[in-house]
Amino acid sequence: MSTTIIFTVASLSVLGLLLAVVLYFVAQKFKVEEDPRIDIVEAIMPGANCGGCGQAGCRAFAEACTKAENLDNLFCPVGGNATMKKVADALGFEVSEKAPMVAVVRCNGTCENRPKTSVYDGVASCAVKSALYAGDTGCKYGCVGCGDCVKVCNFGALSMDPATGLPVVDEEKCAACGACVKACPKGVIELRNKGPKNRRVFVSCVSQDKGAVARKACKAACIGCGKCAKVCPFEAIKVENNVAYIDFNKCKLCTKCVAECPTGAIHKVNFPEKPAAPAVEKPAETNVNQEK
Amino acid sequence: MKTFSIGGVHPHDSKISANAAIESFPIPEVAYISMGQHLGAPAEPVVAPGDKVKVGQLIANANGFISAPVHSSVSGTVKGIEIIKDLAGNPCKAVVITVEGDEWVETIDRSEEIVRDIKLDSKAIIDRIKECGVVGLGGATFPTNVKLSPPPGKKAEFLIINGAECEPYLTSDYRVLIEMPEQVLIGAAIMMKALNVTQGFVGIEENKPEAIRIMTEKAKAYPQIKIVSLKKKYPQGGEKQLIDAVVGRKVPSMGLPIDTGAVVQNVGTALAVYEAVQKNKPLFEGIMTITGECCPQQKNYKHRVGTPLSKMIEAVGGVPEAAAKAISGGPMMGKAIANLDAPTLKGSSSVLFLTEEQTKRKEESNCIRCGKCIEACPMGLEPYLLNKLAKAGRMDDLEENKIYDCIECGCCLFTCPAYVPLLDTIRLAKANVMKIMRSRPPKK
Repeated sequence: MSTTIIFTVASLSVLGLLLAVVLYFVAQKFKVEEDPRIDIVEAIMPGANCGGCGQAGCRAFAEACTKAENLDNLFCPVGGNATMKKVADALGFEVSEKAPMVAVVRCNGTCENRPKTSVYDGVASCAVKSALYAGDTGCKYGCVGCGDCVKVCNFGALSMDPATGLPVVDEEKCAACGACVKACPKGVIELRNKGPKNRRVFVSCVSQDKGAVARKACKAACIGCGKCAKVCPFEAIKVENNVAYIDFNKCKLCTKCVAECPTGAIHKVNFPEKPAAPAVEKPAETNVNQEK
Repeated sequence: MKTFSIGGVHPHDSKISANAAIESFPIPEVAYISMGQHLGAPAEPVVAPGDKVKVGQLIANANGFISAPVHSSVSGTVKGIEIIKDLAGNPCKAVVITVEGDEWVETIDRSEEIVRDIKLDSKAIIDRIKECGVVGLGGATFPTNVKLSPPPGKKAEFLIINGAECEPYLTSDYRVLIEMPEQVLIGAAIMMKALNVTQGFVGIEENKPEAIRIMTEKAKAYPQIKIVSLKKKYPQGGEKQLIDAVVGRKVPSMGLPIDTGAVVQNVGTALAVYEAVQKNKPLFEGIMTITGECCPQQKNYKHRVGTPLSKMIEAVGGVPEAAAKAISGGPMMGKAIANLDAPTLKGSSSVLFLTEEQTKRKEESNCIRCGKCIEACPMGLEPYLLNKLAKAGRMDDLEENKIYDCIECGCCLFTCPAYVPLLDTIRLAKANVMKIMRSRPPKK
């Protein structure tokens, strides 16, 4: 009995030892040389693996950084300038500051502004819904409200507002990874400069319908009248396909266009309101304030 | 009795409008003739606002190989070329015509007399079909002349006329078969001449005994055309299923019906071909079923293309109170109508009203992998697996599992005991996979 145990233990130990030696030499022979800096850079990364940088994940981004000649085309939107500065220091690169971005929902087709024309009872997915038909309102360009953007957000920055039926971006949590931009089948969400003191001016409509049609479908639609473009002193606004677009690189936040817009389609956010109203985050609310 | 070999389901056929004879629907005051009435590029208008047009006059040219010209269905003045909303609410270009009288182009033979002699030769037939804007009226509205010109290297052996009408509720093809059987047979003979084939079949499901009886009787004068009675099973009217059912040949994966030597045309198309070739009448009329249990009147209307659906619905007493959904097409593959003001198209087949109880989706529960969807799939796919892969976004695996073969018949969704919305997910994933496949450079 005891000899069996001794024999078993001894034979297994010898076998283990032998295999360890073999494995040691194999590991030496097939060793993968990896840039040690990859680990250093990866440690700096936020570790969200969101893919917002365009790479497969944080490690892939770190690898790309070590292989790159400069960091011009590499930017981690989640970590932002602080993270990129650390990466640049670790790798000995120069880095230029990039303006922080935020996701902006360019639709103000609330239940009130944009009455429903049909009832959708299919799968609760924007992709499925918009592949089937124009949507349950008169506007085929706006938000269809099934929350695909909310589902893809890794940072919990998006939520659907049940009162308006539109997604709301939490500016604090938004990492500008762009996942929602890709997920939106209507192209309603855009990454825009966060702006000084988080102040932004944007056209909250993407409807390419002609003025009368767009207005009939939605009270808050951009009708492409071009008044904003005329009033803009910085040539930041262009009207194409019946819809105005504000170039955030040219916009100086003078807000002349906001006052000029006849439908209240242009929103300003985080500006101090005159009657001591708190700064508003939701585009929907901004518009209500303007209409008053 | 013949039927296709794999899959299929048996929905209740509900052909409640079967006994309503075809009535001509009054010409509307304003016709909205859409430019996108066929598969392929929308037609290009050739009329300008203020132009006077007659019934049957060309108002838009075909725009590309897979496209069809559009003819006016009314006589009057062109009000304008406007962007209107189609059934799904999407914008589309349309020629709007204010109707004045009913003056037809002189070249159209308006007599009731049946013309049996086929005078034109193969090429002339195909040209005439093309000029007359005939498209497949089985649902896909594929230009008929393209289907009648097999690609080089492929040879048609026989023609199959699709009279299966396997979708529940629809009865327009049935009415055509029993009211105009000879025209359909002559239409078939014309297409056989165009294809240079000697064998023709008309496949009709057994739930239409009257149509089978009349057609068999009339077909005695056309020995090369055989009437085949088929077992009732959905989706027998699918092109690939019908070929399997009638001649027992299977269309290969990613292949076309012509790979089996078959060309399939719908009953309505056969009638349109007859009218185009023998009567010189372009395709500007169609037959539509207005039906539904909640609908007080069941109608089969012959309508002018461009008639607003709302006019037709008014004629049967407006939208029934109990109706929760209006569907264009059958309940299995039809689409819910988002815009009841949309005009009829060449390929419009029905307006079906369903009640809340009939359309309400039951709550989805978990897939237990019972395999019912696999059993029901007429294309031999695994819908439950495709659904899972689609949700995970695994495009490569979807392609490997032949998602592109899906004909979107909805059998899987119909049969699923857990009410998993299989088709919704699969249809979208299929479109995405096909997009990826098309973007690849062609293999050498």
